[in-house]
Amino acid sequence: MNDMPEDGGGVVKKFLYVNRKAPYGTIYAQESLEVVLIGAAFEQDVSLAFLDDGVFQLVKGQNTDDIGVKNFSPTYRALGDFEVTKLFVEKESLAERGLTEDDLMEIMYEDEDDDWEEKPSITFVNKSELAAIMADQDVILSF
Amino acid sequence: MSILHTISKSPFQNQSLSSCVAHASSGDAILMIEDAVYGAVSGTAAAAQLAEGENISIYALGPDLSARGLGEAKLAEGINIVDYDGFVELAVEYDKTQSWL
Repeated sequence: MNDMPEDGGGVVKKFLYVNRKAPYGTIYAQESLEVVLIGAAFEQDVSLAFLDDGVFQLVKGQNTDDIGVKNFSPTYRALGDFEVTKLFVEKESLAERGLTEDDLMEIMYEDEDDDWEEKPSITFVNKSELAAIMADQDVILSF
Repeated sequence: MSILHTISKSPFQNQSLSSCVAHASSGDAILMIEDAVYGAVSGTAAAAQLAEGENISIYALGPDLSARGLGEAKLAEGINIVDYDGFVELAVEYDKTQSWL
């Protein structure tokens, strides 16, 4: 693992992107994804959290053909290619919305430290586990 | 590491305040600004939720309270009023801030 950017100029910080909005009613979800992809270029330690209505962003089978906006949900499956491999989804938020883990897209990444084995990017956590993840960050960005 | 949580929306409008309280850890602080200051009023469900937090300091922004006609007598116990300078001091005191949109 290379913990420092190649230019040697910066420090690697832990960034958490907190997603709490449903995908199409407002622009927050799509903007978050854009910023995550930009941030990934700076080789930081990036995690994403999905809670409250944010869990709707990861529901599979999204089809926006008839509402005239881009379906950006396939982008989540590409995050692994940008080394964004830590997606935390809150269990309570899913349950409150009548969702189960099977209702979400399968998002995988190839682990370069483990012979490129395919592994799931999503980890399901409860409220207190997510609180601990938030506490552990250097920077939190809310969407 | 400690977090200063800021909330800006009315607790009667969305779930940000209750979600914030549920994810705040011991040693954190919660600061209500803009319409969130309605949650500081004594007798509201929001004020009761805030009181449940263990070892979490609760603040409300004075100018936003005044703008909305909420005097100190209307506020629940344990809520500290800060001015803009106090907001800055809190931001400096805690390791990071998290805004609940």
